[in-house]
Amino acid sequence: MHRYTTDMYEGMLAETTTVQGFNGDIINAYFARPLGPGPFPGVVVIHHMPGWDELYREMTRKFAHHGYLAFSPNIYYRFGHGSPDDVAAKVRASGGVADDSVLGDTEGSLRFLKSLPQSNKKFGVFGTCSSGRQAFLAACRLKAFDAAVDCWGGGVVMSKEELTPKRPVAPIDYTKDLSCPLLGLFGEEDQNPTPQHVHLLEEELKKYGKTYEFHMYPKAGHGFFYYDRPSYRQEPAVDGWKKLFGFFEKYLRIYS
Amino acid sequence: MCTGIVEKAEVKGSGKGPNGWFKLEEVNVSYDHPTDAPLEHALNIDFVNGKMAPGARVAVELSPESARKLVDAILAALIRGEDL
Repeated sequence: MHRYTTDMYEGMLAETTTVQGFNGDIINAYFARPLGPGPFPGVVVIHHMPGWDELYREMTRKFAHHGYLAFSPNIYYRFGHGSPDDVAAKVRASGGVADDSVLGDTEGSLRFLKSLPQSNKKFGVFGTCSSGRQAFLAACRLKAFDAAVDCWGGGVVMSKEELTPKRPVAPIDYTKDLSCPLLGLFGEEDQNPTPQHVHLLEEELKKYGKTYEFHMYPKAGHGFFYYDRPSYRQEPAVDGWKKLFGFFEKYLRIYS
Repeated sequence: MCTGIVEKAEVKGSGKGPNGWFKLEEVNVSYDHPTDAPLEHALNIDFVNGKMAPGARVAVELSPESARKLVDAILAALIRGEDL
């Protein structure tokens, strides 16, 4: 966690930029970074189903505030531009964004972070809701991250009937390929993932000897970080952010 | 949770969006997270024209109870009108 002292210098630069994503497409992205030479760890911040919105801009800046090079690609870029909710509605109507597209955009974002001179060459991936699922998927398939955080990612466990051309494989089936430690934050009252879904994933992680840390919060459901929604739960949210930064500090920060 | 529940229908008519009236081509009805309504899940209705930018959208987010009332009201009005 960020340890404040009143005499410390702090600065941040946050702006939209572009990056080469899936299929070589140039997409837009939001990049927030602490000022100074670093070295800093990097985090790819994959936005949630409701869109590349203000909340995700805030989260991206939160990572920068805590000393991370934080990069959030607009994974809805190919659906056109407008207000985040209008674009998200279009994506929702078309059955969501394809897993391969998200992975391509995540990989491009990682490539960008790796190229930065102030990088410490340690990288995490973060997501909530649909992007929690995608963060797990990226940690399994890209084999390039040092830590991954899945916050209440629904659809990691999928029945055959739920598979689609855009989401052709249940992420849980890639568990054996998970290439970094995983932090999972979940709510006991969530319907997707249910505690049973989380248990199934945990069993799979154990089966393959993966390093993971799961926290299941009582009296919380889906999206308990979202202070602008009824799902917000103060205590799990505060504790969850502490756990998250503790986890990233452990696996991404290099102390000399 | 993200349900991913979406039903679609082609429609003919017009909708009034932020830039005025536009031709409607489709309605997307979902049961999922709303953007603004203070509900965990809502019945979301988006009247859109896919040939236009994403902003060509007339959106409502209703509680399930409200959505059922809307269905009843639409059917009642249709029955009265078509009986004329």
